[in-house]
Amino acid sequence: MSAGGEDRRGGAAPPPATGGPPGEYFRREEMRRPETEADLARMVALDGGPLLLEGGGTRAVGRPARGRGLSVAGISGVTLYEPGALTLSARAGTPLAEIEALLAGEGQRLAFEPMDHRGLLGTSGTPTLGGMVAANATGPRRMVAGAVRDAVLGLRFVTGEGAVVKSGGRVMKNVTGYDLAKLMTGSWGTLGAITEVTLKVLPAPEARATLEIPGLDPVAAVAAMSAALGSPFEVTGAAHGDLGQGVVTLLRLEGFAPSVEDRAVRLARMLEPHGPVRRRLDGEAAPDPWVAVRDVGPFHGVPGDVWRISLRPSRAAEAVARIGGPVLLDWGGGLIWALTEPGRDLRAELAGLGGHARLERATPGADPALATFPPEPAAVARLSRDLRARFDPRGRFATGRMEPDTAEQGPRPGGWRSPDLATADAKSDGPAVAGPATFGRTT
Amino acid sequence: MDMPSPDAGALARRPALLAELAAVVARDALISDPVGLRAYECDALTAYACTPLAVVLPGSTGEVAAVLRICHAAGVPVVPRGAGTSLAGGALPTADCVVLGVARMTEVLEVDTADRLIRVQTGRTNLQVTAAVEEAGFFYAPDPSSQLACAIAGNIAMNSGGAHCLKYGVTANNLLGVTLVTMEGEVMEIGDGHLDAAGLDLLGLICGSEGQLGVVTEATLRILPQPEGARPVLMGFASAEAAGACVADIIRSGVLPVAIEFMDRPCIEACEAFSGAGYPDCEALLIVEVEGSEDEIAATLRRVLAVAAAHDPVATREAADADEAARIWLGRKSAFGAMGQLGDYICLDGTIPVSQLPLTLRRMSELAQARGLRVANVFHAGDGNMHPLILFDANTEGQLETAEALGADILRLCVEVGGCLTGEHGVGVEKRDLMTAQFSAGDLEMQMRVKDVFDPRWLLNPAKVFPLAASAARREAAA
Repeated sequence: MSAGGEDRRGGAAPPPATGGPPGEYFRREEMRRPETEADLARMVALDGGPLLLEGGGTRAVGRPARGRGLSVAGISGVTLYEPGALTLSARAGTPLAEIEALLAGEGQRLAFEPMDHRGLLGTSGTPTLGGMVAANATGPRRMVAGAVRDAVLGLRFVTGEGAVVKSGGRVMKNVTGYDLAKLMTGSWGTLGAITEVTLKVLPAPEARATLEIPGLDPVAAVAAMSAALGSPFEVTGAAHGDLGQGVVTLLRLEGFAPSVEDRAVRLARMLEPHGPVRRRLDGEAAPDPWVAVRDVGPFHGVPGDVWRISLRPSRAAEAVARIGGPVLLDWGGGLIWALTEPGRDLRAELAGLGGHARLERATPGADPALATFPPEPAAVARLSRDLRARFDPRGRFATGRMEPDTAEQGPRPGGWRSPDLATADAKSDGPAVAGPATFGRTT
Repeated sequence: MDMPSPDAGALARRPALLAELAAVVARDALISDPVGLRAYECDALTAYACTPLAVVLPGSTGEVAAVLRICHAAGVPVVPRGAGTSLAGGALPTADCVVLGVARMTEVLEVDTADRLIRVQTGRTNLQVTAAVEEAGFFYAPDPSSQLACAIAGNIAMNSGGAHCLKYGVTANNLLGVTLVTMEGEVMEIGDGHLDAAGLDLLGLICGSEGQLGVVTEATLRILPQPEGARPVLMGFASAEAAGACVADIIRSGVLPVAIEFMDRPCIEACEAFSGAGYPDCEALLIVEVEGSEDEIAATLRRVLAVAAAHDPVATREAADADEAARIWLGRKSAFGAMGQLGDYICLDGTIPVSQLPLTLRRMSELAQARGLRVANVFHAGDGNMHPLILFDANTEGQLETAEALGADILRLCVEVGGCLTGEHGVGVEKRDLMTAQFSAGDLEMQMRVKDVFDPRWLLNPAKVFPLAASAARREAAA
C-alpha cells in the first residue's frame, strides 16, 4: 500500500478541489497515507493542495480547516533511543503511547507532559509524535520542564516544494544555524510536514505528592500558586479548578521519595496563610488529577466553546472575572481554559490583558468570524506570512488551520517566487565570491 | 579567512552617513575617530580584526531604530554588538559597516517575582540580571563563563548556554519576549510575559540567529527561585573512557545534576599548576554538582558516588562545606586562564552525543598527533558540549593555520559522530565555512530564506553564519 493514495488518484482523476466551502473535509477514503518520507515528499511536490496534514487526527482544534487529508501515521518507528544521553528520535507517525512505554521501561518520560486532546475535542484515533510536535501540545509541567518546543532537539520536515530539510540535531546544546526546529514546532502543519523528531527526555521521578487547598477564589488561588512557584521547593504543577469535588488549588512535587516528603511538609507549612492545606492521596481509586488538568477533563463532553488563554499569571484573576463562567487554571495561572456559550468573542472581551487566546474547541455552526488563532500585530503578521511564503510558496499547506485567511489558495501573497531548491544546491557548490578580501590578523 | 570586499560606495558615503547618524544619537554615542574605533575592531575571537566605518552606541530602542533606518536607506551593513565577548567572531566588523552596540542600554525595566520574570534592556550583563533579582530570592539561569561581561543581547543572539543548562536549559528556554528592531527600523514586540507563542514561534527563531534577523533591544526573561543549596563532588578516573561511561550511567540512574564537568589530564595538570586546587593525579576528572535541601544534596551525592563506584574512581572528594565546594570549582573555573599560561590556544565548542565521548576523545588525540599539536579538554559532559583547547604558538610561522586546520578536523569529527559544530558559542565567521559539513545546501537554503524575510537586503551581519559562497548571490543581489 506504499504511496497507494498517490496511485489511486491516477492520471484521470480530477485535480483536488480548489473551491468548496471553507471547512469542508475531504472524504476519509481520500486520505493519503505515505509510508516513507520520500513518498510524502513526492506527494507534496506533485499534489495540488491544500494538504491537510495529520498525525493521528486527534488535534483538530478550533474551526475546521480544509484540504485533502495527508496522514503521516504510516511513517512510524523509533529510530534511536539513548537513555544515557536522554535522547530519543522517532518518525512523525510513531504513536505517543509507544514512545511513552519505551521511555517508562527505562524510568524516563516526556517531561513536558503532552496533552491528549481526544477527550476535549471528542476525537478518536492515536496521538502521534508528529501531531504532538506540530501542536506544541504541552501539559502542566510547562513552568519547570518547558514546552514541547523546549525539548525538540532537531527534526526533519518536507517543505511545500517537496524538499526534505533538517534542522537541529540529536544533542542537547546546539546553536549551529537558525533554529528552524522551534519554528516548525507549533506550526500546526502550515509550514511543512514534520517527518522525524529528536527529543530530549528526562528521568521519571520515583515519587510525587499533591497538595491541595480547597475553596480559594481566583485571586487567592493565583497568589498561593505564585508563592509556591516562587519557593525553592521545585513545584512541578500548579492548577486551580473544579475537578469534580469542588474548587481546589493543586500543587505538585516530584523527585526522590525522601525529598518529596520533606518538601511537601515544608511547602504545606509555607502555604498555610493561604488556606487549609491538605495532602491529596494518590491512589488507584481516585483518577489522577494531573491528567484531568492536562486534558481539561472538566470540559469533556460539556457543550460550548472552549478557549485556551495564555497570559501572565498576575492577570489571570481579572481574566477569570471577565469570563464569568467555568474555568480551569494551569501553569500557576499562566494558562486558563474557559468554557463559554458558542460564538462568544472572548478574545475581544479579554483585550488589554496581554497574552493571547486560541479557540480550542469551536461549536459547529457558531459564529464563523471567530478565528481559531489570534490575529497578530501587523508587523508580526507580515513576518509570519512571509515565512509561510518561503516555506510553502505554492500554498500546499494553506489550509486555513492557523493563518487568518482561510480562503487563500494557490500562490501565497507577497509576490515572492521561490528559486528551485535543486538550483540552489548547484549554486552553493559554485565558485567563491569574486575578489574576497582577506582579513588582517592581529598578533 | 575571507570576507567580502568592502562596498566602495559605502566607504565613499561615509561623511554623509556620519552626519546623519550624529543627528539621531547623543554626541558621545557616535564613534568615528581612528583611536576610538580601534576598540571595536574585533570581539573575543581576537585573531581577526577590521576597523568599521563607525560605531554607534544608542541609548534607547528609538535611537536604535533611527540608526537602522539611516543605514538601511544608505545600504550600509550593520554589525550588532553586545559586549563583544563572542568567541566566534559574531561581532567582527567589516570595513564598510556600522557597528551598532547596545552596551549603553543597561536598564532594568520591570521585575515581577509573582510572574517570575524580569524585563531588561539588552546591554545589561548576564550577571547583572541575576543581581537585580537575587535579593528577592531569584536568579537568571543561563550562565555562560563570560557572564560577568557578556550582554543579554549577545546571549540571545548566540542562544548562550553555560555549565548549568543540563537542568535549566539555555537562553531560548528562558526567554519570554523581545523588542526587536528590524534592519528597516521597524520596532516589534514578540512575546511578553506569557509562556507560549500566539502563532508561529518567532521568538524561538530569533534566539540564536546571531544578530542576522534584527537587533533585540529589550528582553523579558524568566527568573527562577534560588535553590536551597548546591554542592559538588569531584571524582578522578584512570581513563577518559571510564569517566565518560560514568557520565552516561549517572544520567541513566535518574539523577539530574545541575552540572557535570569533565577535564582530561592535560587540563587537570595545567589547572593544578595554576590554581593549586588539589586535584588528584589522574587521566580524567568529573565535577558533579547537585542542588536542593541539605538532606536532598546528601542523598543525591550518595547516589552519584554509588554509580561512580562501578567505574573504579581513583579518587573522590565530596565538598563538606562552601569552602571545599569553592576549592573544587576553583580549578575548573580557572581552566581557561591556566591554559593561557601554557601558550596560545583556540577554544572549540562542538557538541557530541554523550555516548560517543570515549570514541571522540580517542580520535581527537589521534587527529592532534597527526598535526603535531596538543589538545586539552574541559567541558560540560552532561550535555556533550565539548571545549577542546588546541595549544599552539602564535609566534611560530604557520602554527595558527595548523591549529585552525586541526580545529576544523575536530569539528567535522563532532558532526560525524552525531553532534554539531557549535553548542553555545555560535557559528559567526569562525565556523561559517564548515556549515556544509553539517547541513545540505537545501538545509542552508531554508535558513537563508528566513533571513530573506527579516532582512531582505542582507545588511544585518551579512557575512556570518552561512558559507560565503552560499550567501553570495543574496548579498550581491541586495547590494
